[in-house]
Amino acid sequence: MSQKQKGVFDNPANVQRLLRFFYSLCVVLFLLDFVVHRHHLLDFEAIPGFYAAFGFVACVLLVLLAKLMRKFLQRDEDYYDKR
Amino acid sequence: MISADIPPFLPFFLASILLPWFTGWWQRLLMLVPPVLGGIMLLLFPPTEVTASLMGFELALIHADKLSLLFGLLFHLAAILAFIFSWHKQSRFEPSLSMLYAGSAIGAVFSGDLISLFIFWELLALSSAGLVMMGGQADSRNAGLRYLYAHILSGLLLLSGILLHYQQSGSLAFDKLSLDTLAGVLIFLAFGIKCAFPLLHGWITDAYANASAAGAVFLSAFTTKVAVYALARSFAGTEILIYIGAIMTCFPIFYAVIENDLRKVLAYSMINQLGFMVCGIGLGTALALNGAVAHAFADVIFKGLLFMSMGAVLFRTGHTLGSDLGGLYKSMPKTTVLCLVGAASISAFPLFSGFVTKSMVMLAMLEQGYPILWLMLLFASAGVFHHAGIKIPYFAFFAHDRGYQVNEAPWTMLLAMGVSAVLCILIGSYPELLYQWLPWSTSYQPYDLTHSLTQMQLLCFSALAFVWLNKRGLYPPELRSINLDIDWFYRRLLPLVAEALVRDMRAVRAKLYEGFTSLVQKMPRKPAFTPWTTSDLTLRLALVLALLLVISLLA
Repeated sequence: MSQKQKGVFDNPANVQRLLRFFYSLCVVLFLLDFVVHRHHLLDFEAIPGFYAAFGFVACVLLVLLAKLMRKFLQRDEDYYDKR
Repeated sequence: MISADIPPFLPFFLASILLPWFTGWWQRLLMLVPPVLGGIMLLLFPPTEVTASLMGFELALIHADKLSLLFGLLFHLAAILAFIFSWHKQSRFEPSLSMLYAGSAIGAVFSGDLISLFIFWELLALSSAGLVMMGGQADSRNAGLRYLYAHILSGLLLLSGILLHYQQSGSLAFDKLSLDTLAGVLIFLAFGIKCAFPLLHGWITDAYANASAAGAVFLSAFTTKVAVYALARSFAGTEILIYIGAIMTCFPIFYAVIENDLRKVLAYSMINQLGFMVCGIGLGTALALNGAVAHAFADVIFKGLLFMSMGAVLFRTGHTLGSDLGGLYKSMPKTTVLCLVGAASISAFPLFSGFVTKSMVMLAMLEQGYPILWLMLLFASAGVFHHAGIKIPYFAFFAHDRGYQVNEAPWTMLLAMGVSAVLCILIGSYPELLYQWLPWSTSYQPYDLTHSLTQMQLLCFSALAFVWLNKRGLYPPELRSINLDIDWFYRRLLPLVAEALVRDMRAVRAKLYEGFTSLVQKMPRKPAFTPWTTSDLTLRLALVLALLLVISLLA
């Protein structure tokens, strides 16, 4: 076990293959909105692609805001140890 | 029936006393006896009522209904899994404390009156604080003390609330309470500390990251779920809980994105999951309450599984810092797959347990007419996938290979994780297994085309956001750092204020001393000190006593 193990994801082609599968899954899920008649309780829920758009935008906002938080809240690891 | 008269916590307490005297496989076997036998007993002969009297009070040690039975069973199951997970390590006192901890949680959920609840509440605090202190991490001892302070405070609030409540109502029943009285508010806050309400949550991230690998699994199962149970019993339908819960689902996910210690990320995600339960309790409808307790059930298993997988990483690599991990899927493939099952469950993928439990709370939220809060929960659902579903496995097992050449987790850990993973999938795929135990009757169907499709869309496009941000280099890298949270107030501000106060007091004292000595020096001195005569002394004493007498007469 001394030499470095080769993993599936060390090969960029495998990563590409996984990503391509994932992208096509997203496309299919998005397109299904136009085929399937969803039942809904709220008006805006009925907009095609609402959940997809919400998920994407929510996560981008989440990450960007969290990055902004770092500016104010980030400290060194030993912050509480040293005084 | 003999069995029904034995309080379910008793075997745990007895085993807790016995465990330090055993070693090796005898000890490991003994760990399983109370939860396995107790669990079977609960299933076969649900307890009814056991009373005892203490100092003139009639205590209802056991009061079992469907709600307490569900949590009782859950805690037995959680104890079995966590004890198997802890088998890798030989320790004299850790299993004993864990056993006391599990027993106290079980005692608390079967408590029929507030005094019994208080006793188990304090035992929970003490045993789990000991567990944190034994964590073996650099800061475990201090973290354990901070944890203890928070929970002692919770206990004091609970006790004062109970006493006030007893004085006002003459009742000690552990039942519905209201926020209209001070007593209710005090008890509410006591539950709130244990349930990690916003601003009261500092202990949770602090303690979980400092516990041992198995300690964190125990901690994640019991304390907060006892609080959820207590809230469901006493404050179901209290509207403010809906808002508290919605905040709990949202704010921790921001912290989770930038937190480096992956077990702290899990602690933040614990607050997020508790938020869903608190929302359900606040809504108070049968569907919402079922959702809250079902989600508590599912959460104990999938969060336990996630803590186990990070515990395995901690055990093999010595830390859980995202900045220094990566590529472990090569050396720990089984742990990786099991962690992914936990990640899929907490993210509520169809066929995994979170999907069939969280959705009840979401639906109830809409049915009761809170669209804005529902959007917050939807945001939190996307966020939980982002940090717990993707971030945890990605940075631990994939991302950049840090060249770790470690062994796969020991088989005992794999066994505990494997059983947990199977349970996650079983509950997710056959929800009736869990639904039949739920305390309220509803006819909820989690699986229909709309629900499955919208959930898949939400999750996949959240993942797409992760991929996109990563490719554009916008995703914040894992950095060796900490983030300021509410604990700053008592770990930094409070000591600073106290130190400043002490400094000022010292200065004042020095000034006073200086003034006093200069005063003494200025006093006209007698040429030589002549000792007081006895008559002189007697006279002075008499004067002082007379003065005291006058004062006391005037007063």
